[in-house]
Parts: sequence; C-alpha cells; structure tokens
Amino acid sequence: MKMGTQSWIFTNRPTIIGAAAIGGPREARGPLANDFDLLHDDLLFGEKTFEKAERKLLEEACELAIQKANLQKQDIELFLGGDLSNQIISSTFTGRSLSVPYLGLFGACSTSMQSLALAALIVDSRFGNNVLCGTASHYAAVEKQYRYPTEYGSQKPDTAQWTVTGAGAVVLGQTGAGPQVVSATIGRVVDMGLKDPFNMGAAMAPAAVDTLQAHFQDLQASPDDYDLIATGDLGRYGHQLTLDLFPKYHINMPEKKYVDCGMMIYDQNQPMRFAGGSGSACSAAVAYGHILNRMHRGELKKVLILATGALLSPLSYQQKESIPCVAHAVAIEYTVEE
Amino acid sequence: MTAQKQKILTKKEYQKLAKDNEPRRPVLANCVRAFLAGGTICLIGQGITDIFVFYFGFTEKSAGNPTAATLIFLSVVLTSLGVYDHIAQWAGAGTAVPVTGFANSMASAALEHRTEGYVLGVGSNMFKLAGSVIVFGVFSAFIIAFIRTLIPLIGGA
Repeated sequence: MKMGTQSWIFTNRPTIIGAAAIGGPREARGPLANDFDLLHDDLLFGEKTFEKAERKLLEEACELAIQKANLQKQDIELFLGGDLSNQIISSTFTGRSLSVPYLGLFGACSTSMQSLALAALIVDSRFGNNVLCGTASHYAAVEKQYRYPTEYGSQKPDTAQWTVTGAGAVVLGQTGAGPQVVSATIGRVVDMGLKDPFNMGAAMAPAAVDTLQAHFQDLQASPDDYDLIATGDLGRYGHQLTLDLFPKYHINMPEKKYVDCGMMIYDQNQPMRFAGGSGSACSAAVAYGHILNRMHRGELKKVLILATGALLSPLSYQQKESIPCVAHAVAIEYTVEE
Repeated sequence: MTAQKQKILTKKEYQKLAKDNEPRRPVLANCVRAFLAGGTICLIGQGITDIFVFYFGFTEKSAGNPTAATLIFLSVVLTSLGVYDHIAQWAGAGTAVPVTGFANSMASAALEHRTEGYVLGVGSNMFKLAGSVIVFGVFSAFIIAFIRTLIPLIGGA
C-alpha cells in the first residue's frame, strides 16, 4: 500500500526467512567479524580473477541464505541482484548458477535496500514467494572499475573509503515470525553538486537525509519509532554531516540511535581504513549479518536501514559531472511467534 | 507544497557545509614526508651509483642508467609484493615523483589488467597512467627545445 509521496507499507509483512553475510580478510579483522556467516582470509579465495571472486561472494551468500531458509535452489521464485561491476556481471553470473528467474538492478551501494524493498513489494503483493535478493562488492574488482589499479601508489585523503569485500543476501517468504519487512521509502536522486569521488560520504549525506525525512513524513513516524537507524556507507565524515543536517531538516535524532554501517565494519585502528567502509556489500553485510543478529538476540526490535548509493561512473567523473546520489530506506521489525 | 519539496539548503550552502566538515589536508606534514621519502629514494640511488662506480668500473656519468634501472626494478618488486601503495600512502609525492613512481604506475596497471590477457590487458593498459606522463613530457621537452633553438636565431644569448 502506498503511503504519502514515496513510501510503501507492506501489510502482509514479508518475513526474512534466511539471511547470509560474507566478508573478506579485512572484514575478518574488523569488530563485526563474529557476525559473518563466512569469512575469507585472502582476496582471491581460489578464483583466478577478482571479478570471479566477487561473483563467488554473491553465489555463496545466496546459497547460504537459501540453506538457512531451509529451501532448495528450485524453491526460489525470483532473484533480485545487483553489484558495482560493469553491466552488473557478478549478479548476472550468480543468476546463471542459480538458474531461477532473475532481475538485475543497479543502485550502486544502495542496491541492498533497493532489492530488499522490491522483493518485499513482490512478496507482499503475492506476485511471488521465496524471493531472493542480494548484492556483493569486492575491493579489488571495484577499485579497478572506478579508480586506479589497486597497487598504484596514490595518496588518498582521509575522507576516502575502503570498498568492503563481501556479500549479503536474504530470502523473503510470505509467512512466519522473525524479522519482517514492514515498510520502505524509495529515495529521490539528490545531487548537491559535489564532485570529489574521494569524499562520497559528503555527496551522499543529503540523499540519506532527504529519504529519511520523506519516510518520517509519509508514515507520520519519528526516530522514536525505531531502535536503530543505520545509513549504508557514509563513513565518518558523511555521518557527521548527516548529524549536522538533521536539525536543518527538523529531524529530532538522538545521536546514539543513528549509526553508519561503513563506520561499524572496520576498527578505528585498522590501517588504511580512512573514513570507513563503502561498496554495495557494506550495508548488505552489516544489515543481514550484524543487525539481524542483534534483532534475533532481542537487542533491537525495529530498525530502519538507509542504503546510500553514489550513482557516478568513472566516465561521468572524468567529464566533470557532479555525483548524483540516492538512498532507499527499509524498515524491519522483529516479530516473535505467537 | 510539502516541506520536503522546499529547498532547505541550496547547493552552495551545502557545499560550504561539506567543505567545513572535511578534514584539512595536512599540507605541511605531507611536504615534510614527501621530502624525507623522496630524499631517501635519492640517497638509495646515490648509494647504488657509488656501488656501480666503485665495484663495477662505471664512471659517474655512465652509472646513471643502471642506477635508474635498479631503482625501477626495486619499485616493481615492491609493487608486486603489494608494499609500494602502502609506502605511497605515507609518502605521497615523495614516492610518486621519482622514477620509482613512474615504474609503480606501469607495474600496477600491468598487474591489474593481467587477467584480460597480454594483448588486450597488459599491453593496452600498461600506459593507462604513465601514458600522460610520456605524452606531456615529450611535448614539453619539444616546446623547450623549440624555444632554446629560437632564442639564438633572434639574437638572444
């Protein structure tokens, strides 16, 4: 059901029946290491190329999510996936190995919640059951795509972010207790004219606040309705900017309630961490691993995940275009069996 | 009109806010680091030159080429071992400007694109970063040579 201008309420409350989060070596040394279902200790994990490794991450996340939902591959009615590689090849190749109906999405780092919102819409409207959605990113594959060769010695500023090597996937089903997707707000593309690809947090922060404000307005909700509000990958400086923007947008946000997945995934002291993690796997792995685990443990009842995406391409950046950004919000509520 | 459709912040206002929030780049510290790192590389180069002169019978002048080749080799080894980018993060221009930086830009691009094969990958991408250095290096050398040739013709020194 549509609410307000850009939000959806899922009256049938699709349930997350299986979820998986996978990480790489750097994520394994981070503070959330225990929340991953699988951690790899090198960047290639037996594959020949980083692109193949990225695909493997998504394949593994999907397989694990299906397994944890006590289903078989053939039970999946639809797979929604996306990633940061050209022509979203990692998702497409995962679709090939799953061999189920597939829709490829591109939302850069907002893909996690973009796909979750769409999956929830499909399950809620009874157009499908057991819908799988997920995304992956791989540090080396993404750097190659967007920036310099990984071994190139360029000095990065403090506002730069480190692409998360990992994946996150969930299966949504029509019934059952557990974490349920209750609402979503689809973000508008916001571009405040920032051009620095080494400061994506600042570029994405206005999109996050815009979607958050729309969410609260459409649902007549406030931060008090949530135990935790997490943005995807704004990093340290983007997080601070977002906090500065809240009063301007008349959002009364208790500082402790608002976190950023990019800041959570790495430890303060990890080398070359910069402002935090980024990449489409950042919000997916933290949400489907750490945050869902906390919900299962009863520490959180209702959370709002705001996945933020910088929709630039290397070409648009070279042609001096500014960075268009988007953020999609999905609310997840934990329901215990009656 | 709902509040969210109103412009709460103009682009200019936001850009200023973002700029203020951004940490200042430690220019002085970066300069000192670049000086130390660049100087260290030059010191190593001098050491290598001395070795070539004292042990292999090169002259001060003819030792230049094998010294550059040795530094390039060391840079490529450090790049392949995944160490050079970590040093560069600390050193900045100190590792980018010397010949080692040039070698790193080529070696890193070659490594990066090895998976696309030798022709479409390594061959065509090796100069992805170094290409501009060569193009504009040759071009500016041409301009300087041109000026240098012209000055005596028009009665200069």
